[in-house]
Amino acid sequence: MALAEKAQIFDRDGMRRALTRIAHEIIERNKGTEGVVLIGIRRRGVPLARRLAERIRAIEGQGVEVGVLDITLYRDDLDRLGYQPVVHQTEIPFPVTDKKVVVVDDVIYTGRTVRAAMDAIMDLGRPKAIQLAVLVDRGHRELPIKPDYVGKNVPTSRREIVAVQVEEIDGIDRVVILEERD
Amino acid sequence: MFKHLLGLRNVGREEILTVLDTARGMKEVLGRRIKKVPTLRGRIVVLLFFEPSTRTRVSFELAAKALSADTVSITAAASSVAKGESLRDTVRTLTAMGADLLVIRHPASGAAEAAARATTAAVINAGDGTHEHPTQALLDLFTMREAKGRLEGLTVTIVGDIRHSRVARSNVWALRAVGAEVRLAGPATLLPPEAAALGIPCYTTLDEALEGADVVMALRLQLERMRANYLPSLREYTRLYCITRERLARAKPDVLLMHPGPVNRGVELAPDLVENAPSVIEEQVTNGVAVRMALLYLMLGGE
Repeated sequence: MALAEKAQIFDRDGMRRALTRIAHEIIERNKGTEGVVLIGIRRRGVPLARRLAERIRAIEGQGVEVGVLDITLYRDDLDRLGYQPVVHQTEIPFPVTDKKVVVVDDVIYTGRTVRAAMDAIMDLGRPKAIQLAVLVDRGHRELPIKPDYVGKNVPTSRREIVAVQVEEIDGIDRVVILEERD
Repeated sequence: MFKHLLGLRNVGREEILTVLDTARGMKEVLGRRIKKVPTLRGRIVVLLFFEPSTRTRVSFELAAKALSADTVSITAAASSVAKGESLRDTVRTLTAMGADLLVIRHPASGAAEAAARATTAAVINAGDGTHEHPTQALLDLFTMREAKGRLEGLTVTIVGDIRHSRVARSNVWALRAVGAEVRLAGPATLLPPEAAALGIPCYTTLDEALEGADVVMALRLQLERMRANYLPSLREYTRLYCITRERLARAKPDVLLMHPGPVNRGVELAPDLVENAPSVIEEQVTNGVAVRMALLYLMLGGE
């Protein structure tokens, strides 16, 4: 089974503009940055969260704290994977109680990752609100979860894979749709 | 990952490092106010202890509970074993009752393997006779790696009753697998004869063995396991092998001092060393829970 690139959704500039818009939306919706924190879901949600925090600081003159969340221990599919996903560290060095937590991830698909993230965050405290920011919403939700901030809505088929690449991990900024081809 | 953890003799470097890496992620959970994640919800971990234990047993229990598993703790004296039920039958009964994993500590070397043959559940050896105590060694390696940043190339000196020490045996296997250099030190009567065959340097003079060491591990004198007269007197052991601040000065200045516990104060370690730095005895206890969480996750997380 080989993966072939079918289409490019974002190039570097497109990604930059989408993140800038999302940063503005977060500030607008929360009426500023007071009490707002970002939590990026490992792996690629993390650099995206950090970029959003930078952009928010540039816009409002005030930064927001960024945490890193590994949801492996909260997954609902551990016993059907056939392998053990590696557990990385969660680093959230601030309390989440009474905060407006914006969870950041690269793609939302079935919604199960976000469900796991919410469970993890609830185990750490009692946030005032949890909001969700994603770069791409590819449809096919299996749970009643909806992002508050979206870079782009991209209808996809289940045979396709949405691959988000970020400079910090992949050396380049872009989002492509891959399809299984033999 | 292995189905059973009976010892570290045949465990490879990659597997050991995977356990240590996973333990790091688990340590974060233990820093929270609510030390619980739902990962192993509903799994049953049975602790079957035929020998006394505080640290290991509580450590396993906390590790299982932190992962939301259910635990059942059995002390042999208070169970049907006192009525004469065999290890094999005990294990089979527990398996039939739904145990997913058995943690076994037993006075006979090889008991963990015997148990593994009698069950479809996973088995972790928590210490069998003088044979192995793999989770203690993994926790020791974790502590060393956290303190020193690496394991490869470290000089680790193990002092004391090595002959009767399952902790020493497991540590030797594991440290060699990850590329550390091991030295054994103690009275000639307590040094294992097979060490020389394995190419491990043995010292009867403590000072030589401590020279330039990165890590010094002091073992408990296993008085309860010594059936013959291995030592002329406890006092002579202390005079020659008790680790004091002066003696420790021969090791590297940032030497890591470890002891698997419980400590015989004034015998293996001078009392002031037990209480102050450079000892890490307290942290080893936390690390122990993290390492056991990692093992439970890696052995039970999938299906």
